Amino acid sequence: MSFFGFGQSADLDIVLSDGETRKKAEHKTEDGKKDRYFLFFDGETVSGKVNVTLKNPGKRLEHYGIKIEFVGQIELYYDRGNHHEFVSLVKDLARPGELSNSQSFDFEFAHVEKPYESYTGQNVKLRYFLRATISRRLNDITKEMEIVVHTLCTYPELNSSIKMEVGIEDCLHIEFEYNKSKYHMKDVIVGKIYFLLVRIKIKHMEIDIIKRETTGTGPSVYHENDTIAKYEIMDGAPVRGESIPIRLFLAGYELTPTMRDVNKKFSVRYYLNLVLIDEEERRYFKQQEITLWRKGDIVRKSMSQQAAIASQRFEGSSTPSASAQAKDDSN
Amino acid sequence: MSEPTVADTRRLNSKPQDLTDAYGPPSNFLEIDVYDPQTIGVGRNRFTTYEVRMRTNLPIFKLKESCVRRRYSDFEWLKNELERDSKIVVPPLPGKALKRQLPFRGDEGIFEESFIEERRVGLEQFINRIAGHPLAQNERCLHMFLQEESTDRNYIPGKVRQ
Repeated sequence: MSFFGFGQSADLDIVLSDGETRKKAEHKTEDGKKDRYFLFFDGETVSGKVNVTLKNPGKRLEHYGIKIEFVGQIELYYDRGNHHEFVSLVKDLARPGELSNSQSFDFEFAHVEKPYESYTGQNVKLRYFLRATISRRLNDITKEMEIVVHTLCTYPELNSSIKMEVGIEDCLHIEFEYNKSKYHMKDVIVGKIYFLLVRIKIKHMEIDIIKRETTGTGPSVYHENDTIAKYEIMDGAPVRGESIPIRLFLAGYELTPTMRDVNKKFSVRYYLNLVLIDEEERRYFKQQEITLWRKGDIVRKSMSQQAAIASQRFEGSSTPSASAQAKDDSN
Repeated sequence: MSEPTVADTRRLNSKPQDLTDAYGPPSNFLEIDVYDPQTIGVGRNRFTTYEVRMRTNLPIFKLKESCVRRRYSDFEWLKNELERDSKIVVPPLPGKALKRQLPFRGDEGIFEESFIEERRVGLEQFINRIAGHPLAQNERCLHMFLQEESTDRNYIPGKVRQ
């Protein structure tokens, strides 16, 4: 009971066991602010401690159980009441009873599956968090700790270029080419626009990156388009036979990986929109989807570290002389 | 063990441009002048006509040079035809100036020099905007307006190309 300041309450705190070493990543909150959260990848273990600190020393805390959950959920803004949990793990930390002192409880969620990347969008949010709960008769005490998950990919085996001829008959024919169809988020879009026929008065040309967030299914599908970038590639009037180069560095823009039909709830796709504008402000455009993926950071281990690891691969060779030999070899 | 790879940002190969294409006349030449306003008639039956001269190398126009005389109501007719038959948003014409047509004005009303000049500029902007529109170029009414002696109000509307 905690009426009028009597009774006992507690503070909950979740601390990760690798909180000192684990990297943090920036992630946008729903109101646009950027915050830093611990970064996890698929398959990594989530472990740490839950600290229960009693507020009024000396008094006992009665409870119906203490637990910690690891949750991955999708929240559609237009349907806030329903959270779609795609990962839900529980560890019981204490059976119903009493706490007479502040206490710490260890927990470990081993090799947790985190199949999707964390995403905060215009109409949908996908998040992962730890939630510690002290169940009580009237009101539970809870504490959440948000984490961020990134999904990594390696260079795709097949990555064909995009090359197409488009136009308005007898007015404007162009051939556009982009060097790849799949780009990682720090990649460069290299391409060109070749003019085959120009019977309109073009003033300039730009390339836009459009993000389309799709939520809902069937008849209630909703697309939210957002122009992430506008990049002018040509100023002036081209004639037949001219080639305009494109070189667009993606690292400068706020992008996410392409997400297709995540848990059948939403998609985030990216399009390159080539726009030609004529003297009378008329716009001619061609949209083309590209796939964005997240590349893992390459960790450059020191030579001696690599030599030590290499020498350990060979049976019975993890002797100092062997690693010294390997060091010499690699110098 | 390797350095993080730097993306290859070299330009894609492109065909060299033919010099006659690079330095020859552009294929999008289209110029329309609206000039030489003339007020014809007497008293209450006066009206002003303008010379509409077009020069172009666009293959869709039969004549590469044409010169016709048109009055404001011809421009209105063209605007209405295009609004009805084509899917484009037709730019606005300069005003009808009904107030100027009322009696007992201190000035020449719609035959005032400054007004005619204002209107001439507006009509020139209008016709250039519309003649350069790829969809408007398909309409029979535009070709008739620009290149035939007179606008036949009993013409059969249609498209010039599919």
